[in-house]
Amino acid sequence: MRIGIVCPYSWDVPGGVQFHIRDLAEYFIRLGHEVSVLAPADDDTPLPPYVVSAGRAVPVPYNGSVARLNFGFLSAARVRRWLHEGKFDVVHIHEPTSPSLGLLTCWAAQGPIVATFHTSNPRSRAMIAAYSILQAALEKISARIAVSEYARRTLVEHLGGDAVVIPNGVDVDFFGKAEPKPEWQGDTIGFMGRIDEPRKGLPVLMRALPAILAARPHARLLVAGRGDEEAAVADLPAGLRSRVEFLGMISDEDKARFLRSVDLYVAPNTGGESFGIILVEAMSAGAPVLASDLDAFVQVLDQGGAGELFANEDADALAAAAVRLLGNPARLAELRERGSAHVRRFDWSTVGADILSVYETVTAGAAAVAADERTSGLRARFGLARD
Amino acid sequence: MTATLIWILVALVAIGVYLSWTAGRLDRLHVRMDAARAALDAQLLRRASVAQELATSGVLDPAASIVLYEAAHAARQAEEEQREVAESELSQALRAVFADTAQVEALREAPGGEDAAHELAEAVRRVPMARRFHNDAVGAARRLREHRKVRWFRLAGHAPFPLAVEMDDEPPAALVERAS
Repeated sequence: MRIGIVCPYSWDVPGGVQFHIRDLAEYFIRLGHEVSVLAPADDDTPLPPYVVSAGRAVPVPYNGSVARLNFGFLSAARVRRWLHEGKFDVVHIHEPTSPSLGLLTCWAAQGPIVATFHTSNPRSRAMIAAYSILQAALEKISARIAVSEYARRTLVEHLGGDAVVIPNGVDVDFFGKAEPKPEWQGDTIGFMGRIDEPRKGLPVLMRALPAILAARPHARLLVAGRGDEEAAVADLPAGLRSRVEFLGMISDEDKARFLRSVDLYVAPNTGGESFGIILVEAMSAGAPVLASDLDAFVQVLDQGGAGELFANEDADALAAAAVRLLGNPARLAELRERGSAHVRRFDWSTVGADILSVYETVTAGAAAVAADERTSGLRARFGLARD
Repeated sequence: MTATLIWILVALVAIGVYLSWTAGRLDRLHVRMDAARAALDAQLLRRASVAQELATSGVLDPAASIVLYEAAHAARQAEEEQREVAESELSQALRAVFADTAQVEALREAPGGEDAAHELAEAVRRVPMARRFHNDAVGAARRLREHRKVRWFRLAGHAPFPLAVEMDDEPPAALVERAS
């Protein structure tokens, strides 16, 4: 099968969607499919052979922050050329509502289009204003995929229609086979994520830490992620600061070893999560998980069956649960076992096969993807066509 | 006077272009809906065929074979109006026959059973998928068709009003669970 995948965000900036697309593309290539990924990238960044650059993304203020987006005449032309040369059986667009390559592809293509909705952003003002334009482009999508039941609900509420739920994939064995690091073991609590992004929840964990250390003086908190380390421990009593170790940004291999080593992984995120891939990675590595009860987390943890939950933003509840778990090795072992069994459904072998069956369902009884002649035909009528 | 005429002309052309674009949009939605319907039909037919094959293969016990054969046969022969009911009954029959993991295991161990189980699992997983995609297309087409501009200018022509497919397509849990 010839598969075209559209990545809306810069290939050179690490991010969840980019990693998802990379793993998906490589999974399909291993199965013998022909894959081409269209992604924004600087012209001098080295790209894997299956990635086609759509030019540099331009930073513009959008939706309250500066986003790097691709739009305009040149990008549209590149999208059109990529579609024309690719002769794809199916095009898979990620994040089609961001005003970038995804939307441009929707606009320019016809034929079987699959789209994955990753985030569950509340509808922005721009989206309401552009609703009719967006709707005209989005109604070309033959199959919509949401990464969680929560993401699907937001999608249905804001855009109408329906979607199938296929979770994000993880290479379970990569995490499961990692070698634990002795210095990260022994009454350790793990946290991973941007330190200075409050929605990742480190402040909640810091508020809970004194109570945890009072009950278990030998416990240590390991923090992996970028950000201001001084500011993160500012509110902590000076005597306890030595119990917090900052590891900074860590590589993929170290991430697997980190998750494999810690005695308890804590995800105190306070919002903004539509899936929770880190929980799946932690469970793959066999780490017992304690997470806030966000909708997305509750679902990933099988309603609490595969990991423990605490009331969101409640530092006392977090401390109580952490102390109880760290003092109960039998329960930790049980969580490890349940997590490892539960996580198989997020392995690429399952997730990839599901996505492939979506492709096969939409391509059955449909022609291949082509550049939409109607839009260029209309342009030709006004003498605006390129060729 | 001439200026007014020109403006009226310009407005008419603009409205014409807009309506033509909307008609194109609607046409595209109808094409998508037809493709989705064809895909759903293909998956339903595939499911019924595999079920019927299994029923006549002698792998299942006679009672289960008869139940499954009846349902699969009815689903394949059903008239358009009876189709949703017949397919729902096939879903129920499949759930009843493959209610136990033991039955699925027994099927897998029979000669050629692994392939048959795989084929059936694929089919029962894709039917709900295809139906969801179809109903999504139907919803989009209906939203556009209910709009004033489409109704007033009869842009939909004689195309029948799109109808969603409502049926029970819950797959047997024991069959789709992939313990690896």
